[in-house]
Order: sequence, then structure tokens, then C-alpha cells
Amino acid sequence: MSDLLISAPPEAERVKGPGVLRQLMTKPTSAVAIVILTVLVCFALFAPWIAPFDPSQASAGPRLGAPEAAHIFGTDLHGRDVFSRVVWGARYSLPVGAATLLLGLFAGGALGLALGYIGGRFDAVGARVVDVLLGFPAIVMAILAVSVLGVGLVQVVIAVAIADIPKFARVIRGATIVAKQNLFVESASAMGASTARIIVLHVLPTILPTVILLGTLNLGGAILSTATLSFLGLGVQPPTPEWGTMLSDGREYIRYAPWMMIAPGLALFLAIISVNLIGDRVSEIIDPRSQGRL
Amino acid sequence: MTYFLRRILALVPILVLTWSAVFFVFEAIPGDPVNLMLAGVPASEEVIANERARLGLDKPLMERYISFLGRAAVGDLGESFRTRAPVTEMILAQIGPTLQLAAAGLVVGLAMGLLLGVLAGLRPGTSLDTVCTFAALAGSSLPSFWTGMVLIYVFGSILGWVPIVGLGIDALILPAIVTGLFIAGDFARLVRSSIIDASRQDYIRTARAKGLPPIKVVGKHALRNALIPPVTMLGISLSNLIGGAVVTENVFARPGLGTMLVEGVLNKDMPLVQALVVYTTAAYLIINLLVDILYGLIDPRIRHARMAPR
Amino acid sequence: MTASAVAPSTVSAAEPLLEVEGLTVRFGEREAVNGIDLSLVPGQTLAVVGESGSGKSVTALSIMGLIPSAGGTVAGGAMRFETAAGARTDLATLPEPRMRRIRGAEIAMIFQEPMTALNPVFTIGNQIAETILEHRGGSARAARAEALELLHKVRLPDAEAMLGRYPHQLSGGMRQRVVIAMALSCRPRLLIADEPTTALDVTVQAQIMSLLMEIQAETGAAIILITHDMGLVAETADDVVVLYEGRKVEEGPVEDIFARPQHVYTKMLLDAVPRLGQFADAALPSRRPVTILDGGTARQVGETKVQDTVKNGAPILEVRDLVARFDVAHDLIGRPTHRVHAVEGINLTLQPGETLALVGESGSGKSTVGKAIQQLVRPTEGDIDFEGRTYGGMTAPERRRLKRDVHSIFQDPLASLNPRRTVGDSIAEPIHIHGLLKGSAAIRDRVRDLMALVGLLPEHHDLHPHQFSGGQRQRLCIARALAAEARLIVADEAVSALDVSIQAQIVQLLMRLQAERSLSYLFISHDMAVVEEMAHRVAVMYLGQIVEIGPRQAVIGSPRHPYTQRLLAAVPLPDPAHRTVRSSDASEVPSAMRRVGDPPERLRLTEVAPGHFVADA
Repeated sequence: MSDLLISAPPEAERVKGPGVLRQLMTKPTSAVAIVILTVLVCFALFAPWIAPFDPSQASAGPRLGAPEAAHIFGTDLHGRDVFSRVVWGARYSLPVGAATLLLGLFAGGALGLALGYIGGRFDAVGARVVDVLLGFPAIVMAILAVSVLGVGLVQVVIAVAIADIPKFARVIRGATIVAKQNLFVESASAMGASTARIIVLHVLPTILPTVILLGTLNLGGAILSTATLSFLGLGVQPPTPEWGTMLSDGREYIRYAPWMMIAPGLALFLAIISVNLIGDRVSEIIDPRSQGRL
Repeated sequence: MTYFLRRILALVPILVLTWSAVFFVFEAIPGDPVNLMLAGVPASEEVIANERARLGLDKPLMERYISFLGRAAVGDLGESFRTRAPVTEMILAQIGPTLQLAAAGLVVGLAMGLLLGVLAGLRPGTSLDTVCTFAALAGSSLPSFWTGMVLIYVFGSILGWVPIVGLGIDALILPAIVTGLFIAGDFARLVRSSIIDASRQDYIRTARAKGLPPIKVVGKHALRNALIPPVTMLGISLSNLIGGAVVTENVFARPGLGTMLVEGVLNKDMPLVQALVVYTTAAYLIINLLVDILYGLIDPRIRHARMAPR
Repeated sequence: MTASAVAPSTVSAAEPLLEVEGLTVRFGEREAVNGIDLSLVPGQTLAVVGESGSGKSVTALSIMGLIPSAGGTVAGGAMRFETAAGARTDLATLPEPRMRRIRGAEIAMIFQEPMTALNPVFTIGNQIAETILEHRGGSARAARAEALELLHKVRLPDAEAMLGRYPHQLSGGMRQRVVIAMALSCRPRLLIADEPTTALDVTVQAQIMSLLMEIQAETGAAIILITHDMGLVAETADDVVVLYEGRKVEEGPVEDIFARPQHVYTKMLLDAVPRLGQFADAALPSRRPVTILDGGTARQVGETKVQDTVKNGAPILEVRDLVARFDVAHDLIGRPTHRVHAVEGINLTLQPGETLALVGESGSGKSTVGKAIQQLVRPTEGDIDFEGRTYGGMTAPERRRLKRDVHSIFQDPLASLNPRRTVGDSIAEPIHIHGLLKGSAAIRDRVRDLMALVGLLPEHHDLHPHQFSGGQRQRLCIARALAAEARLIVADEAVSALDVSIQAQIVQLLMRLQAERSLSYLFISHDMAVVEEMAHRVAVMYLGQIVEIGPRQAVIGSPRHPYTQRLLAAVPLPDPAHRTVRSSDASEVPSAMRRVGDPPERLRLTEVAPGHFVADA
């Protein structure tokens, strides 16, 4: 019966790499990025305790006052403390960016999965439309969405998410098509597995790394886009201490009070670059081929 | 030749499709156009009815839709609610500065992107790669409106080297850098990964086995193939560039289509916004056609493809 | 080095062209090659054989000086090469600029994958001329003229036009000719061919090997042939070096290796090689014991038993006038202009307990037939009956039920198992899909039984596919088919990707299971020798149609159709005493793609002997 029993044991269990967080800390750039991001997240979580002043309290100091001991980033036109506003700004800019990303990723992912899995004529037309939309400048599309939805915090989240749908849909569609071409998906289908079973057990787990990657690589972009709309006056409205809005306030006073725009801009830049650095590192960890080694 | 012909013919249905989408999106905007136009000024029923008839709003939806497509094709998309001037004329008057800015930004962006990408991709894993990759990442992380303001402050206010406003060539320097930065980072990353990918292919091993020196292996065999993905992405880079121009114009208070678009949205000047979208899509599709043709010239496999895309 | 049997070379009179001594190559921590010696003289053909991971390709890259660019280091040993100028140089220590002058000029290499070895964006002429210009200088025009000469030399038809073509416009066989032309461009003294025909069809393989031998006779170059195919070795090599896990285990003249193998690994390897024609006088296939290596000692497992499993009566499967066409090109308004006629009117029957082999080269449509039977491709015309029920008339539940009765095993077992699920889950998948068992304990017991049945350790059920070897993974796929209680298994090139020793074990396993469970197999393969070993009947496909079908003894023993004869003649025999001289001219199977409105002519089959049908010429 067992005349061909193979006594040789299978290959040894592949050594599990250290945790993702540990791997992130091994590279100096991503370690610094994590520290910066932690500080900014703390700003957002503990703003009332960290900020020395109420962010909307006028005349907390002189109008357009230069940085000094009491107001390390100076004060704005209404005498509000810029540092306090930057700290509170984390509470708006970061969650707005994250919400935008999740919404766009969910909608775009669902569309991409449907296109890629169903295929055929539905996909041929859908993919073409996605391609055309993709070529449309995302910021212009977001501005258009705002013109339909109106100006405001929730509206900007939806607008930027809509503008990002084509990008996510395209990538997830591609990943789904590749996943579907896997022989194990074909063999599940040949075995008589239902569509739901194939998607849940075989396709979704296969594209999950792509989804994670897409999320980490685009969080920075989402923060940037929402801030840009606020800067253009189409997003979060003053006097909310959102970074983009603060920069919009500061542009009139570049000559007289540059600190009004330096601090929020720096905060925005640091948030985006640390998220991007972490995203880059995560993509290296998930997909070792992208590491630049031959 | 069929390849190019096919691309050109494929343009028509896509154009119709996008313009249809634009039409229906604008139909979905809440608020009666006449009320928007009057902007709160009280008017009699009769005036409103007359305006509706003049704008063709009393006609059924399908009729307006067909007429819209026809008018879009001949460049007659109505008048601005605010200035009452034909929107096509308004756009033509402002297109020059935007094209200047986009062209200058493209040159700056591609130059920076190629330089960083090639330097990083040729010797992956070295410190030069680390520096270039970091610079590219920093570039794409910079909020361009902030970069613009910082540059204005440093070079305009403190140093006084360049004029900040105006339409001269020297007033274009800072905006071009800001716009270029908008695409340079992503472009550099793409160039880098595509060079690394090309260097891994079997034909590179063949080239080495022929005894070619590294300069020819990389410079001829790898680079030519590595350029294909960046060229296909050029269309998307260009559209990002237009997006960048919108922001840059705003920061530098330059006249142009971007400023016009933002003002149009804020003022709810729908005919103007609609016309801007219609012509941006047309421009974008034509640009993409040119990119496709360029792609075909670089990659013989595309040129000879007899199979229709599936 | 254990049990390395050294025998004198057949052509050892001349001064050696290349002497490799104690070559050791490391990739990181791993030693890919460990102290290999070899030597060859001008005009000699040395075959380096071994299975995947034996270090044979690494040896080739070392001689080319390409180890550093592949990410490894030559950790020890010497490679003394006599250059054209008469100097002896150690390639192991030669600085890269000087190595570059030898590489491509005096030592040239032919790679395995002709589809990817050529740069897609340059013309053929450009890529050949490049080598000439690099090493010999001269004008571009002269180089181009010489490139043309070389294309004639590798017998490419229409050479003039070929110069301006791009690689994607050429078939695999033509590309390999171009690669050979490129390698010959500077009249190398040593030609290294690394699995030069593995990616090619057997008839094209025969042409390419003959071409290489003719070129060797003309130029007197020495050839190192790296291969896993003992048939090719027997047909072409003067001497053989056998590698196993990075070490040389045996070397000697080809006749000695085949007649009197010394090392246990060589014996096992030769024992496993199927020999076309070895069962010519038996009407039925037969199981046989195979040798397996168990911790350095050889052990025979299995029994000799005639495979008399076919049950006559009602067929389990009947394929009637099956046609499958795919539109591939369209005109500007989307009407199809070209179609691939993948399957064009096929008729087959399969009895319970029978193995029907469907053989043919790439593009013959054999895989499409398999996919249609598994409902993965919808036939354009014709119908299929399974146990008397017609596919076309089935309800949805009946079609699902059919997916349980008809199961498939693919060429790449790793790809057909979900890497993120345990192998136990994968085997249990058909049980879940069709609700065959209730309760997780019952399912687990069943999975463990099935694993034992196919020769795997049941306690490994919670490991993942990547932790198994290729042969073990194919056993997992077989266990999955058994879990479905399939009655017909479509095996599409199921053993083609496996090393020959593993291949023999899987073939024996399939035959044993057939005897135990009365399984029917549709065995789709390009490998005539394997087919002869396990099939009861054989159908030969050519351009979507069957040209010959009949009992295996008839089709393989006395083939009537010219294509069957050509196919059989192209198979290299693992016997150095019977070398065949073949044509090196490029004649290839035409494309199955045709203009719409120009369908291929249907062949008519005539019965020449009981059950043996041949297409009219």
C-alpha cells in the first residue's frame, strides 16, 4: 500500500522573520519616521494637554507676533498661538487624511475587485473608463467633486476619496486579475467551488498584501490632497486649525509673519514624509523584490 | 500603421463617454442654474422663464444632452454666469500662461526625476541610491503650496533675486520649480524601479555573456528597456503636472486656467467650470495619444501587435 | 568526494582546452558548487548532467566569469583555459576587463530560455553585429554582412529579412538559432550550452541539437552541454560528468556511463529514465519497481504488474466532434479577422480504468481538449458525454457534480495549491465544496488517510505547500483528486516539470491508484517515452486535429502517419549505441491561427488495424 512512502521530511519550517515593527526600526530613516509620526499622533490624541493655549483664543499674544518664549512659533493675525494651532491641527489633518484613504481604498478596491473578477465586456468598458479618469488630474477631480458636494470637512473627505477611486481601482483590478490567473484559483473553479468561496478563500487573501501596500503608500498622498483643498479654500474652513487652512491664512503675510506658514507647513511635510518613509519600508518588507538588490 | 490608426479612432468614443459623464455630473449639481446665475438678485417669474428658454433649460434632458455634445465639439459652451463673456474666449485668453508654466514644470520635473532615478537605479543598495531615493521621496512629500510660499519668502522677500509676480521668464523660475517638484519624486521612483527591473532580465545576462563592457550593458540594453514604463506613465505625469499647475498658480497668484477653475468653483460659475473640464479632458486624451505613439516607437512589440487588446 | 569513478576520456590525446580544478562557488552562505574538476580538449563534447540544484548551471556561469554579476563568489579552485593566442590563463583570477575579451569571443554561451535571452527592443541583426563589433571591430556594414552569413549558417530561412526583425516576431526555435548565431559570431573555441533545448518542442529540439553538432564538426569547437535529459546526453556527448548536490559523483566516456554506471546516484538516474520502445512487445503497460535514494543507499520499491485495468462496455467519457475556436484579432469596428482553431473536430472515447494519452507539440490543442472536458473552456461546437450524460443538457447541480467526478492535475503543482493555506486544507477543499463529509474530525482523518495513500507523512497536513518538494506537491494534488472521489483525472503535463527520478515515482503512483480505484486518466503530454510507459491508448494531435489514434503498441510501435513518425524519430534515446542522424533544417509546425472564412480542412480517419485509426494524407 505505502510502497512509495517518502521518508524524507519536508523542508524545515521557514524561519519567521522578525515582526514588521522590529524590521521598521532596523533602518534609521524609517525609525526616525516612526518617532516623528508618534509625536504627531500624540499631538492629535493629547492636544488639550499639550497645547499651551486654546487654538481659537484670539489675543493670546500680540497680533502677528514673532516667535518668543511664550509663543515658540509666534502668533497669527488674531493673536492666536501658532504652536497650539499646529498641535490641534494634527487632530484634523491626520484623521481627515486617514478617513479619505480608507474611504477611497474601500470604494476603489470594491470596484477593482469587481472589474478584475468579473472580467469580460464589463471589465473592458470599466477598465477603459478607469484609465480615462486616472489621467484626469486628481486635484482637479477633487475640486470638481467639491463643486458638486459643496465646501466643508466631510465634503473634502468624500471629494478626495472619489478622486482617488480610479487609482485604487486600477491597482486592485490588476492584482485581482493576477490572483485569478493563479492555477489554484482555476483548480478551485474546476473543482466546483462557488464564486463567494473563491473570492473569500483564494482571491482576497492573495491580494491582501497589495491592499496593505496601497494603503501605506497612499496615506501621505491623502493627507497632502486634503490639505491642498483646504489651502485652496475648498476644504476645511477657517477658523478650524487645520494645517492647510492655516497655510492659506498665512499666505497673505509671507513678508511680515513668515512663521504663520513655516510651522504648519513643516508639520504637514513631516507628517507626509514620515508616512511615506514607513510606507516605503513596509513595501520592502512585504515585497522583498522591491529592495534594490540584484 | 493600424496601431496608430486604431489609437486615433479609439479617441472618439472615449471623448463622447467622458463628455457625457461631465454633462450628467453637472446636471446632478443641486440648484437651478438660473438661480445660481442671478446669485440672489430678485427677478420676476417672466425674467426667469426667459432666461431658462435662452439657456435651453426648458427642453427635455436628452435634447440638451445631444446639443451639449454638439456644442462641446465646436467649442461653444455658453457664457460665464459672472462675466457674461463666452467661456471659450475666457479660456483661450488664459491658456498661454498655464501652458508656459506646464512646459517649464515638465522640463524641470523630468530633468530632476531622470537624474535622481538613473543615479539611484544604476547602483541599487549603495549610499548614492539611498540619498537619491530619499531626495525623491522628500520631493513627493513636499506640499507644493508650502514649498511655493517658502521659496517666495527666501528668494523673493529675503534675497530679492527673482520677481514674485509678473509674467516674464524670470518670474517663471520659482513656479516652474514648484510645479516640477510635483512630478519629479514619483517619476524618479518609477525610473529607478524600472532600471532595476530591466537589469534583472535574461537579456542582460546575454549581453554580459557577449563580453560587452558594463557601460554598454547598462547604457544600451538596460536603459532602452527601462525607459518604456516611464514613457507609458508620462500621460499620468502630465496630468499630475496640470494638477500641480492649479496649485502653483494659486500660490504665486498667477493668472491661468488653474486660478480660473478655483475661482469658478468658489463662485459657482458652472458654465466656466464645465468648459474647463471638457477641454482639459480633450487635451489630456490628445496628450495620451501622443504618449501612446511615442511608446510604440520605443517598443517594437507594441508597434507590431496584431492582436487587439483583450 | 565519495565514490567518484574516474575513467579515461575518449579524446584525451590532445592538450586540454580547459581544466577546471576544485571549483567552489558560494551564494551567500550556501555552497552551490563544491570542488568540481573537469577537463576537455578541442572538439570534445562534455555533458554535465544532474537534476535541479545540482550545480550544473552555476558551473557554466563560473567558466563564463558571470558568477559575480549573478550575486555569488568563486570561493576556490582554478579554471585554466588555453586562449587562441596560445597562453594559458586562469579564468578564476582573471581581472574583469581581460575576462571580457574572452567572454563572447573565445568562450560563448547559449542559454535555456530563448524567449527572454534576446533583448526585445533591438533587431536581430543589431544584436548579432554587436558582438562582432565589440570583439573584432571593423565597420558596421561588414559586421552586418557577417551577421547575415551567420544566420545562413544556423539555417534560418529568409535570413536577409531576419536581420531587420525583432525577437518577438520569431518562434522559440528560431530565436534559439539566433542565440546560436550570436554565440558563433567570434568563432569561439568553447561553447557552453545550458539546457539549450529544454524550452523547445521535441522536433525543434532535434533540429537544434543536430545544428550544434554540425557546427562543432565544422569549427572544431569544444562544447559543454548542460542538461538533465539523459537522451540528449546519449545522443551527443563524448564524455559525461554527473553532478549531485554540488559535487561531482561520476565521470567517464558516455558508453561507460550508460553501460556500467558506478555511483548509486547515476544508477538511480539511469534506471528512472523512460526509454522509448522498451515496452514495444507488450500489449499493455506495466508497473515496475523504481529505485529511490534513501540516505545514500539505493532501494527498489514497487512491484512488476501488468496494468490490465481497462473495463470494456460503456465508456466513461465520449467526446464528439469537439471544436474550440478563439477570436484573436479584430478589425477597426471589432469584427474578428483571425481565429485560433485550437481544437477542430475531435472524437475520443475513454473506458473506465483506461489511460488515454493525448500527445502533441505546443499549439496542437491538446490542453484545450482537457480544459473543455473540465468545463474550463466552452466548446464552440460538438459535445461531451460523461457516463452517458451530455454536458450541454446538464442542469447547474449536475454540472457541479461533474466537477467532482472529473478532476485535474496540472503541470505546476506549486501553483495549483494556494500558498496561504495548509496542505490539509487544500486536500480537504473538494470535501468542503461538495459536502462529502460532516465534522472536522472526520475530514481530518480522511485527509490523513489520503496523504498516507499517496506516500506522504500524515502528520505534515498542517504545513504549507512551499515546504514540500516538487514531487511531494504533485502527490498533494493527487491526494486532492482522490478526496473528490474523482473517477476521471485529466493530467495535463502532470510530470513534465519534475526531475526524472521523481517523475518515475509519480507515474508509478498514478498507475497503482488506477489499479486500486479503477481511475480513468486523460494523460496530456508531449513526452512520448512517459506516454509509452503508462498509456493504454495514444492519440496524436496536430494543429487541433487527431492524426492518429490507437492502442499504444500500434501507435508507438508501428506509426502510420508521417507526423507521428517524425515526432517519435525526434525523441532522443538514452542509449549511446543507437545514435540517429537528423536534419537540422528549420521546419516548424505552422500556426493554428487562421483568417476568418478560411477554416482548416477536416481530416478523415481510416481504420488501418483494429482500433488503430490514421488520418488520410
